[in-house]
Amino acid sequence: MKKTSVSNWFKSGEPWVWLNAGAVAISVIMVIGLLLLIAVRGLGHFWPADIIEARYELPGQPAYNLVAERVESVDVPTAQLREAGIDIPEGEAFMQRTLVKTGNRDIYGSDFRWVVDAFLSDVRKPEMLIAAERHEWGNLYGYIKEVKEAGVVIAETEDKTPTESALATWQAFEASIERATEIHDDIYQIEKHDIGAINHGLERLRLKQRRYELNNKLTPEALADLDAERAELDIEYKGLQQQLITLYGEINRDTVVFEAMDGTVLELNVAKVVRAYRPNAMNGFGKIGFYGDKLWEFLSAEPREANTEGGVFPAIFGTVMMVLLMTILVTPFGVVAAVYLREYASQGWFTRVIRIAVNNLAGVPSIVYGVFGLGFFIYFMGSSIDQAFFPEALPAPTFGTGGLMWASITLALLTVPVVIVATEEGLSRIPRNVREGSLALGATKAETLWRVVLPMASPAIMTGVILAVARAAGEVAPLMLVGVVKLAPSLPLDGNYPFIHLDQKFMHLGFHIYDVGFQSPNVEAARPLVYATALLLVIVIALLNFAAVTIRNHLREKYKSLEM
Amino acid sequence: MKDKGATAGIAIGGSSVILAVLLICFYLLYEVMPLFANAEIEQTAQYAMPEQSRGDSYYLTVEEQNEVAMRVAKDGSVVFFSAQDGRVIDVVETPRAQVVTSFAMEDDTSRIMGLGYEDGQVLLMQHNYKITYPDGKRKITPVIDFPFGEEPIYVANFAIEKLALRNSETALTIVAIGAEQSRLVSIEREENFITEEVELTQNAVDLPHVDNIQEVLISGDQRYVYVATASGLMTEFDIRDLGEVTLKAEHELLSDGAELVSMSYLLGQSSIMVSDNKGKVSQWFNVRDENNVENLTFIRDTQQPTSIVSVAMEQRRKGFATLDDRGVVAIYNATSTREVINEKLSDSSAYLIAFSPRANGLLLEDSQGVRFFHIENEHPEVSWSSLWSQVWYEGYQEPTYTWQSSAANNDFEPKYSLMPLAFGTLKAAFYAMLMAVPLAICGAIYTAYFMAPNLRRKVKPVIELMEALPTVILGFLAGLFFAPFLEENLAAAFSILVVMPIGILLFAYLWSRLPNQIRWLLPEGWQPLILIPVVAFLGWFCVAMSPVIELVMFDGNIRGFITNDLGITFDQRNALVVGFAMGFAVIPTIFSITEDAIFSVPKALTQGSLALGATYWQTLVRVVMPTASPGIFSAVMIGMGRAVGETMIVLMATGNTPIMDVNIFEGMRTLAANLAVEVPESEVGSTHYRILFLAAFVLFLFTFVVNTLAETVRQHLRKKYGSL
Repeated sequence: MKKTSVSNWFKSGEPWVWLNAGAVAISVIMVIGLLLLIAVRGLGHFWPADIIEARYELPGQPAYNLVAERVESVDVPTAQLREAGIDIPEGEAFMQRTLVKTGNRDIYGSDFRWVVDAFLSDVRKPEMLIAAERHEWGNLYGYIKEVKEAGVVIAETEDKTPTESALATWQAFEASIERATEIHDDIYQIEKHDIGAINHGLERLRLKQRRYELNNKLTPEALADLDAERAELDIEYKGLQQQLITLYGEINRDTVVFEAMDGTVLELNVAKVVRAYRPNAMNGFGKIGFYGDKLWEFLSAEPREANTEGGVFPAIFGTVMMVLLMTILVTPFGVVAAVYLREYASQGWFTRVIRIAVNNLAGVPSIVYGVFGLGFFIYFMGSSIDQAFFPEALPAPTFGTGGLMWASITLALLTVPVVIVATEEGLSRIPRNVREGSLALGATKAETLWRVVLPMASPAIMTGVILAVARAAGEVAPLMLVGVVKLAPSLPLDGNYPFIHLDQKFMHLGFHIYDVGFQSPNVEAARPLVYATALLLVIVIALLNFAAVTIRNHLREKYKSLEM
Repeated sequence: MKDKGATAGIAIGGSSVILAVLLICFYLLYEVMPLFANAEIEQTAQYAMPEQSRGDSYYLTVEEQNEVAMRVAKDGSVVFFSAQDGRVIDVVETPRAQVVTSFAMEDDTSRIMGLGYEDGQVLLMQHNYKITYPDGKRKITPVIDFPFGEEPIYVANFAIEKLALRNSETALTIVAIGAEQSRLVSIEREENFITEEVELTQNAVDLPHVDNIQEVLISGDQRYVYVATASGLMTEFDIRDLGEVTLKAEHELLSDGAELVSMSYLLGQSSIMVSDNKGKVSQWFNVRDENNVENLTFIRDTQQPTSIVSVAMEQRRKGFATLDDRGVVAIYNATSTREVINEKLSDSSAYLIAFSPRANGLLLEDSQGVRFFHIENEHPEVSWSSLWSQVWYEGYQEPTYTWQSSAANNDFEPKYSLMPLAFGTLKAAFYAMLMAVPLAICGAIYTAYFMAPNLRRKVKPVIELMEALPTVILGFLAGLFFAPFLEENLAAAFSILVVMPIGILLFAYLWSRLPNQIRWLLPEGWQPLILIPVVAFLGWFCVAMSPVIELVMFDGNIRGFITNDLGITFDQRNALVVGFAMGFAVIPTIFSITEDAIFSVPKALTQGSLALGATYWQTLVRVVMPTASPGIFSAVMIGMGRAVGETMIVLMATGNTPIMDVNIFEGMRTLAANLAVEVPESEVGSTHYRILFLAAFVLFLFTFVVNTLAETVRQHLRKKYGSL
C-alpha cells in the first residue's frame, strides 16, 4: 500500500474500520476491567494490611496519634479541602487524601476517617500493634497491656516494642483466645443444634396437638402421650441449659486490656474476640497463611455483625440448594417439552407460534416471573396447600409464604425456555439417518428416542441445563419476592425431620450482595465483603458458562464427524 | 403399547409445560381484571319507614356491620332500626320541649350531630354502638351519648335555620344561621399540663349575614366558614381571628342558572362537593398560589341528566353517590371521576341516600319507605385515565402525574399514575441504548466482517461472558463504585466522548503513516489488539485530566456548576450511571445477535461486490449492512426489551424516586424496580396489589411484543438467506 493523503485516507473507509476496531477494544477493556476490579477488590479484602502509626496534625488543630489501616487514596483539589474547613496554605492545587480505617467503633463512633497525607508525620509500622476482630463493634486496633484470668493479671507489659514482656503478654492473649474459641464452638453447638432440635420437636408436638384438636381426636390418652414427650424434651432442655450456664461462666473468665491510639484504655472480654493478629510482625508466609484462614472463613462461616463480617456459607448453601431443586424440576420438563415440539408435534404454524412464544419467554423480565410466582404460587397455591394440609399451623403460613420450594419453581419456570431451546437445537443436529437406522432395525419410536436420540442429545441437554443453572444462580429480582431473606435462622437442610425444609426461607449470594451493599447500616465496612461475594458469584457463573461452551463445542465436533 | 404410552406421556408433558408458560399471561390478566370491572349493587331489603309518624329524615346512616340503621327524624328524635328488616330497635326523643328547626352532622365518621332549636340553642349528641357477645353471638346495642353534656349550648337568640359544626381535639366551632342573622360560637379546650384539668373558653361572634343561605360549612381546620345561597353564590369567611372575621372571597359555584342542592365535604375535609338541580356535582378545593395563599378552586365535575336530589359521601374513600330525581343512583370516585354504578334503584319519590361506613351498603329513603342495597365496589379509584393522564390531587397546585402508593397518615389518598414509572423505564432504557447501540453494533461489525478468525474465536466468548454476568453485580458496582467515581470525575465522562474517537482516529492516521515494515507486523484483522493499550491510555488520560479540566473550566467544582449555573438537580445515582451500567448489560445481547446477522450474510454477495471493485468498506456499507439490517433491527429490539425489564441495576444505581424529568443527572424509578420495591409490601387483593400486577402485565406485554417482532424478523431473514 502506498501512503495516501488525509482525504484519500478518509475516502478509503479505513478510519471507520479503525473506529469499529476501537469499539471492540473498548468492549473488551470494559469486560476485563470489570472482572479485574472485582477480583482485585474481592481478593484484597482478606490480605492482612499493615497498620500504620503516625502523628496527624492539621494546621491550626491539635495533633493526635493515628493508628489505622490505609483503605484508599484520592487526589482532591485543595479548594475542596478548604471548603471543608481545613486551613491549607496556598500553593498546591491538589492534595492526596486517604481513607483510613481506625476501627474501635465503640470508642470513636465510626470505623473510618479521611486524612490528608501531607499532614501525616512520623509514619511507622510498630510490630506490637494488634488488630483484633470482634463479634461486635468491628475491629480493634491498639497495643496490648494486660491479660487477666478471672480478674487476676497473668501477664502485663508497658512496652510497645517487641520486648520479652510484650511478647509474653501477646502469647497469653493468643492462648486465651484459643480457649475462648473452643468454648464458643461448644456453646454454638448446643445452642444451634441441640436446643434447635428440641425447639423443633416442641413445635412439632404443638402442631400435632393442634391437629388432633382440629380433627376432634384429642383423647386424654393422646394428650398424655404428648405431655410425656414434651416433659422428656423439657428435661433434656434443662440439662443443656445447665451446661450452657457453666460454659458461659467459663467463657467469660478472661479479659484483656488494650490501649487505643489516643491512649484510651479498654478492657475487653476475650470471648468477644474472634481472632487477633499482628500484621506488621507477619512475614510473607505468615500473611499468606492468614489470607488462607480468612478465605476459608469467608467460604465456610456464618455471617457476623449484620452480614458485614464473617462468611457467606449460608448464602452459598442456599444458592446451591435452590439451584439444585430448580435443576431437578427444569430438566425433565424442559426436555419433554422440547422432545414434544421437535419429535412428536406435527410441524406447522402451531409449533412455530409455540417456538416463538417459548423463545420470547426467555426475554420476559425476570421480575415479572417473581410477581407471578408471588401471586400464583405463594398466595394462590400456597394458601390452598396450607388450608388442605397444614391447617394446624394456621394462621402462620407454611407454604403460603415465600420459601425454597416456590423460589425453585419460579426459577424453573424462568429457565425452562433456555432448556427447551438448547435441547431442541441438540435434537435438530442429530442426523436423520441415525434415527432412520434405529427405526429400520425394528425399534419403536419410544425406543429410538430413549436409546438413540436422547443419549446423542444429552450434551445439548447438559448445555441447556448448565446455562439455566448459570442464569438461575445470578437472578435476584424474582427471588426477592418469593423467599429470599437477608438472614435465615437455619439452613434449609439439617438434622431435624423432615430434613429438607422446602417451606423455609433461605439466603442467596446475589441477594446477599444487594442487601449488604445497599441495606446495611455500615456500608463502608461491608464493601470489601460485597466485592468478595461478587467475585465468588462471578467465578461460579463463569465456570458454569465455560463448561456449557466447552460441552457445546465438543458436541458440535462430534456430530460434524457423524455427518461425513 | 409402550410406544403409545410414551407418545401420550410426552404429548401431555410437553403441552402442559407450554400451557404453564401461557398461564403466566392469563394469571397476570386475571389479577388485573377486577380493577376495571364495574361495581355491583343489589337490593337486599325493603320495608316501610320506621316510626313514619315522626316525619321524614334529616339524616340516615347505618353502623359498621350493616345491622343497625339510624335515622334522625324531622321532629329531632333518633330512631334506631334493623337495617335488614326495618324493625324498630330504639327511639330516643329530643330531651327538650322546643321545636327542632335544623340539624347538622359534624362528620359521618365522628358520629357527632347537632340539633338546632327555635330558641337558638344547640344540642350535641353522638350515636354509638356497643358490641357484646352473649351466647357467642354478636349483639349490637345502639346508644346516644352526649359528649358535650346533656345541656344544650346557647348559640343565638334566633331560631336556627341552618347549622354547621366542626370539632377537633382542641376546639369546637358552631355556626348558626337564622332568617336575618348569622352567629358563630367557638369553644376552645385547653388541657392544663399539670392538673390535667380541661378548661373551656367560649367565644361568640356575629358573622356578616348573607340572605337566602342554603348551605353552610366549616372547614376541617376551623379556619374558614363557607355559606352558599340557592343561586350558587358562595361567600368565604376567614375566622382565624374571631375578633376580626373577614370576608375572604366570593365564588360563583354554579353556571347556567342552576340552583344549589347541597354542599358537603368529601373524606378528608379538603374537597367541597357542590351539587345542583341540573345534575352537576362539582369538586372544589383550596389550591395554593405562588404567594402561598389558598384559593378555593374548581377542580372537576360529574354530570347526570336531571336534578340531583341527594349526595352521600363514602366514609373511608374519596367516593360519593348521587341520587337524582328519577330515582337513579350513580356512584363515583371523586379523584378518578369514574362512574362505577349508574342504576335506577327507585322512582322519583326517592329523596335521601346514605353509605354504610365500609361503603358496602347503601340506604335509600323514598315514599315507600327504606331500601337497603348491598354494594360490591372494590377498586373505584382506578380508571384508565387516572393511570395514564394527569390528575389534580388535593393539596397539589396543578394536575400532575404522581406515583405515591403509601404514606404515614390515614386520610392519605394513594396516587397511582403509571406515567412516571413508564417514563422512568423508557428514560433508563434510552440512556442504556445510547451507550450500548453504537458500541455493540460497531464492535459486531468489526468482529464479524474485519476481524481475523483466530482473534474472533477469542473475543466473541469474552464479550458474551458479559451476558452471563449477574446484573446484581453490575448494579452493585454501578451504585457503590461507579456512581461515586463518576461524581468525582464528571469532566472525564464527557471529555472521553470527544477524546476517544479523535484519539483513535489520530492513532490510526499515524499508524498509516508508519513505514511498511512496522505496519506489516500487525496482520490484517488484528487492529483491536493494538488499540487496547491506546484505548486504555486514552481512558486513563481523561480520568487523570478530569480534575484539571474541572479546575480550568468549572472553577474546580463541576457539581456546583451544574446545580447553580445550569440549575439542574444533581443526584449521585443518576441516569448517566444507569445508562452506563445497563448499557454494559445490553451490549452483549445486541453484539451477539448483530454479529450473527452480519456473519451470516452470504459470502457470495460480498465476494461479488469486491470482485466488482468495491472496497471492503464500500461493500460493508452498500451490501452487507442493508442485507443484515433486519437482523440488526431485531438485535436492537431484543436489547431494548432487556433494558426495559432490567430490575437490579436500576434498583441499585438510581435513587428510585418516581419523577418525570429527562435530566441525565437525576434518577428515576422504573416499572421493574417499582415492582421489586412495592410488591412484597402490598396487601393481597388490594388496589395497589392489582395495579402492581398491571405494571407487571405491561412489562410482560411490552417485552413480549418487542421480542416477537424481533424474532419474526429474524426468522424471516433466516428463511430468505437460507436459500442463498
